[in-house]
Amino acid sequence: MSNTKPKLAVWKFASCDGCQLSLLDCEDELLAVAEAVQIAYFPEATREVVEGPYDVSFVEGSVTTPHDEERIKEIREMSGIVITLGACATSGGIQALRNFADVNEFTNIVYAHPEYISTLDTSHPISDYINVDFELRGCPIDKYQLLEVVISLLAGKRPAIPTHSVCMDCKLKLNTCVLVAGNEPCLGPVTQAGCGALCPSYNRGCYGCFGPQDSANTDSMTEVWRHLGVSDDTILQTFRGFNGFIEPFKGASERLEEHKNH
Amino acid sequence: MKNTKTIKVDYLARVEGEGALFIKIKDNELQDCKLKIFEPPRFFEAFLQGRHFTEAPDITARICGICPIAYIMSSIHAMERILGIEVGGQLRELRRLIYCGEWIESHVLHVFMLHAPDFLGYQDAIQLAGDKPELVKMALRLKKAGNELVRLLGGREIHPINNKVGGFYKVPEKQDFAPLLEELKWAKDASIEAVKVANSLECPDFDQDYEFIALHHPDEYPFNEGRLISNTGLDIDIQDYEDHFEEIHVEHSNALHSIHIEHGNYFVGPLARYNLNYNQLSELTKQVAVDIGYDRIVTNPFQSIVVRSLETVYAIDEAIRIIENYEKPEKPAVDYDIKPGIGWGCTEAPRGILYHRYEIDEKGTIKTAKIVPPTAQNQSRIEEDLSNFIPKYMDLSDEDLTWKCEQAVRNYDPCISCATHFLKLDIERE
Repeated sequence: MSNTKPKLAVWKFASCDGCQLSLLDCEDELLAVAEAVQIAYFPEATREVVEGPYDVSFVEGSVTTPHDEERIKEIREMSGIVITLGACATSGGIQALRNFADVNEFTNIVYAHPEYISTLDTSHPISDYINVDFELRGCPIDKYQLLEVVISLLAGKRPAIPTHSVCMDCKLKLNTCVLVAGNEPCLGPVTQAGCGALCPSYNRGCYGCFGPQDSANTDSMTEVWRHLGVSDDTILQTFRGFNGFIEPFKGASERLEEHKNH
Repeated sequence: MKNTKTIKVDYLARVEGEGALFIKIKDNELQDCKLKIFEPPRFFEAFLQGRHFTEAPDITARICGICPIAYIMSSIHAMERILGIEVGGQLRELRRLIYCGEWIESHVLHVFMLHAPDFLGYQDAIQLAGDKPELVKMALRLKKAGNELVRLLGGREIHPINNKVGGFYKVPEKQDFAPLLEELKWAKDASIEAVKVANSLECPDFDQDYEFIALHHPDEYPFNEGRLISNTGLDIDIQDYEDHFEEIHVEHSNALHSIHIEHGNYFVGPLARYNLNYNQLSELTKQVAVDIGYDRIVTNPFQSIVVRSLETVYAIDEAIRIIENYEKPEKPAVDYDIKPGIGWGCTEAPRGILYHRYEIDEKGTIKTAKIVPPTAQNQSRIEEDLSNFIPKYMDLSDEDLTWKCEQAVRNYDPCISCATHFLKLDIERE
């Protein structure tokens, strides 16, 4: 990267705006970030548009329309580094639940004139269309992980984002295990850390915001839950959440569905 | 057609989500004005079908990263109505408290980061910070106080995890609030300063005849509960919402337009709440309002920036009251038995009323869901504002007119991510 400030663009696809909001939620660091990088395109925050190319593009949201299929390729072409922010961009998000259903039926449920609606049958992660240089997980992302990414970009190093499980963070926090001691279905053993073991710290089971951890054994997770007396329907729905369209969560829910239909 | 003119804003900035504006002017007369919402549909109402009712708060929170508490609370209240449970005492107070946090962070974000730059001629708050660093730093600290409140009670600022049907997963100890209480006392004074700053901004002369609709509760400024009232005589239980309002699907929008049947478009949000609930504001907030001459009905949407600031004072004052009187409840949630039925929830998101309706079966599975977000309700009214506004400013250059129109849209703090189920600006002159 040259001595001039890197040009940063922030793009939005199908999403809730929460991940890009995380940048504005860095109240203590925002002005310093704005000094270190040139915010060249970020419509949620500014009406100023600096033309590309851009050194870094942050992409929030999933691809759900024919137009967006083209737009993401254009963004790749004009960006040095592409980093996806959050579960929608990285796994398709909660709106990927349509991938397991008939989208025409969905459109008919929500809209009186489905013919006005232009949408794909599916919601896909950004990496299904283009090469992505780094994926930041979470629904929403953690703002301190986002700052780590920004700092790493400025330093020219790979971001140090832990890939161990929520389970390990829970042990480090000395939480009582909600699964073993509380019989609560918890995705902590198969979910990547990043939230600080938030849900178990509030006496509830993890529901998988940061997506599957590297070596997640989801079928074993299914068996443990069955053992607790959790119904297959509930286990299926839990895997099919905010990261339901990414493996191995996807496969786990599909196997449960097959099992149910036989 | 040399007298036809089109001015385009393909992607309206400083709003949450994707929208555009199309304006066509022929022979110095406004021909057409459309607020386009092209935020892609995400089909929440469809995929909620078949999910368990306890999942609705966490799932619907993902409609909006700026106001997740609104989605969480509207869905929870709807479910509790089905189950026939009432959550009172300190648990009810904690629900008001977390809503205070959301109003503070969302209002301060909009007032200083998204809207004030329009009044002062800056592209964004970062530019504003170049000239007025202390002001922007104060705003960021205020916003942070709101976020800290949501974080303390909800676990994190965006998509908090601690609210549930029946109450909370875990309730805080009284002493957990101590550092935050000190910060809120600073924030109270800072928010009064913020009102003065907002009141010093020059607003276009633009009083309109509106139908304001908001929740109303006799004893408190509305967050979670109340009847739906208007300045034109509406006074209904929220369960009758769909008898009085309908959604119309228009071609240029992926959001559905809401209409008050036999009345037309209407206005929800801070101005509506303020005009209909002034008497329920805290004594401090009323005093600040009196000091700047705002103890009146406000009908200029550009002055919403002042009202939003006054509501911030209220939210901070109310948060302090709740924290000072807090006693940890014995249980974090009330018990209930699942039963089938239909329930309605309507709470005051920072941008206005957010309506949810669910039907669940005997196992607690969601059969149908309906969600009407505030920006969808304001969308038709925003278009009428623009239709009334543009003719007054026809002599401005395209660039200046575009910016003024954007500012007029931002009066509503539109949240397009929510409404889709928003902004590109085309001005076409003929």
